[in-house]
Amino acid sequence: MNDVAVPDPIARPANTAPAKPVPAEILLACRGLGVRRGGRWLIHGVDLDVGRGEIVSIVGPNGGGKTTLIKTLLGIERATSGQVTRRAGLRVGYVPQRLAVDRTMPLSVERLMRLVRRAPSADIKAALEETGVPHLLDRPVQALSGGEFQRVLIARALLGRPDILVLDEPVQSVDFSGQVDLYRLIASLREEHGCGVLMVSHDLHVVMRATDRVLCLAGHVCCTGAPGDVSRSPEYTRLFGPVASETLAIYAHKHDHAHAPSGEVVPVHDHDHRHGHDNPARGD
Amino acid sequence: MLDDFFVRAVIAGVGVALVACPLGCFIVWRRMAYFGDTTAHAALLGVALGLLVGIGPTLGVFVMTVIVALLLVVLLRVARVASDTVLGILSHASLSIGLVVLAFMTWVRVDLIGYLFGDVLAVGRADVYVVLGGAVAVLVALMAIWRPLVAATVDRDLARAEGVNVAAVEVIYVLLIAVVVAISMKLVGILLVTSLLIIPAAAARGFSSTPERMAIFSAGLGVVSVLAGLSASAEWDTPAGPSIVVAAFLVFILSAGIALVYDMTRRSAHGN
Repeated sequence: MNDVAVPDPIARPANTAPAKPVPAEILLACRGLGVRRGGRWLIHGVDLDVGRGEIVSIVGPNGGGKTTLIKTLLGIERATSGQVTRRAGLRVGYVPQRLAVDRTMPLSVERLMRLVRRAPSADIKAALEETGVPHLLDRPVQALSGGEFQRVLIARALLGRPDILVLDEPVQSVDFSGQVDLYRLIASLREEHGCGVLMVSHDLHVVMRATDRVLCLAGHVCCTGAPGDVSRSPEYTRLFGPVASETLAIYAHKHDHAHAPSGEVVPVHDHDHRHGHDNPARGD
Repeated sequence: MLDDFFVRAVIAGVGVALVACPLGCFIVWRRMAYFGDTTAHAALLGVALGLLVGIGPTLGVFVMTVIVALLLVVLLRVARVASDTVLGILSHASLSIGLVVLAFMTWVRVDLIGYLFGDVLAVGRADVYVVLGGAVAVLVALMAIWRPLVAATVDRDLARAEGVNVAAVEVIYVLLIAVVVAISMKLVGILLVTSLLIIPAAAARGFSSTPERMAIFSAGLGVVSVLAGLSASAEWDTPAGPSIVVAAFLVFILSAGIALVYDMTRRSAHGN
C-alpha cells in the first residue's frame, strides 16, 4: 500500500497558468493580397485572419471578388501581390457550390466521398449521418438537389478531418427553410469539430448568426466587423420570421467611402475632397 | 506461338484494349474525343519524323504525339477561338502536313493505308513486345494517378484546394494518351485509334455506377471487340482495324439497348 501523493505531471502549478485566454490559433491568413487578371485588379490589399473555432463570413456585391479571394486563399488561383500564410500541415475542407459532374461520369455519393482520399465505409456513413443525408449513399450525384448536394459536399469535407472548412455560397441553391437548416448545421460543425469556418454569403446583408466576423469585399475590404442581431431589425424579422432570427444575422455596412461606376473608391464625406483623392472627373 | 500473325494480332489487340479503354473513359468524361483525334492525326508526322531521324516509326509517333498533345494543352488555354475550332484546325493540318512530308521523302516507301487504317500483317514479333511493354507501363502509371486524376476530372478546383497536383497529373495523363496512340497505331491505324479509346468506354457507361466499374467494364468490352473484330477479319478477309471498330460499334449498340431496357424495367419496378 502506497499512500504517498504523487504530483500529477499533467496538472499545471497554479501560478504559471495563463492569466488570460490564449488568442485563437491562426489557421489561415493573408496580408495585402491582390489578384490581377487581364489588366484588372479582381481583389487588392485584402487582409484576413481565420482562427481555430472562428466563423468568418464574406459578403459583397457580385464581381466583388469573393470567390477569387477564397480561391486564392486555397491556392487555386495565384496571388499577384501580398501573401497567404497557412498554419503548417493545415487540413482544408473545401465545399464548392456544386460540382458540374458530366453525365457521362458515373459517380455515386459513396464514391464522391472517396474522391480525394480513401475512407472506410463506417466513416463515410457517419459523416453523411452527421449532415443528415445517410439515405443518399447510393444515389448518383447528378440526381441530387441543391440542398442535398451541399450536405453531401459538407460531409465529404468533414471526412478529411479539416482544420478549416471553406464554403462558397453554401445556401444559394437551397430553398429558404433549407437555408436556415443548413446554417444551423454549419454552426454546429464548429462546436463539434472545433474547426475554423470561412464562407461566402450570397446575400449582401444577411449572414449566418453564428458568424464572428464579417468582411465586406468589393475588390478591396470595404468594411469588417461583427454582425448585428436580425431580431433587432423589425424589417428583417417581418421578412424572415422568428425562426430565421435564430439562425440569421444582419450586417450593417459602415463604409467610409463610395464606389464610382468604374469601381474606383471615392470618399462619401463632402468636406474632405480637397485633400482627398485627386479625382480629375470632378474638375475643380 | 508468336510465329502466327493471327496470334500476334490477338495478343497485341488485347494488350491495347486493356489499357486504351480505361484511359478512354477519361476522354469520354472530359469530353476530349476530338483532342484524342487530333493527337492521333499528328502520328503520321511522327512516322515521317521517325523514319527521317532513324529512330523508327513507333518512337517517332510517341515523340510527335507527346509534343502535339502538350502543345494542344497550352494552345487550348490561350486560344481566342473555341477549342473545337482549334482542334478542328490542328487535326486536319497535322494529318495533311504528315501526308505532305511523307510525299517529299521519296527515298522511303511507306504503306500509307497501313498506317491510316492499321495493318494486322505488319504486327511483327518486336511490335508485340513493344505493345505489351507499353501497355504494362500505361497500366501501372494509370493506376498510380487514378484517384487524383478522377478527382481532377470531377472538379479541378476541389482537387487543387485539397492538395492534388492537378497540372502534374494531367500532363502524365496526356503522355499516356500519346503512348496508347503509338502502340495501337499498327493494329487499328491512325484514323481509328480514337474509336478504340471512346467506343468501349461509352458502351460501359450504362452499366456502371462508379468510375472504376466503368473502366473495368470498358476494358472487358474492348477485349471482346478486338477478339470479335480479328476473328471476323480472319473469317471474311476484311481489314482488321475497321473490323475491330465495327465490332466495337455493335457492342456499343447492343449495350446501349440492354442499358435502356434495364433502366426501363427498374423505373417501372420503382415507380408504382
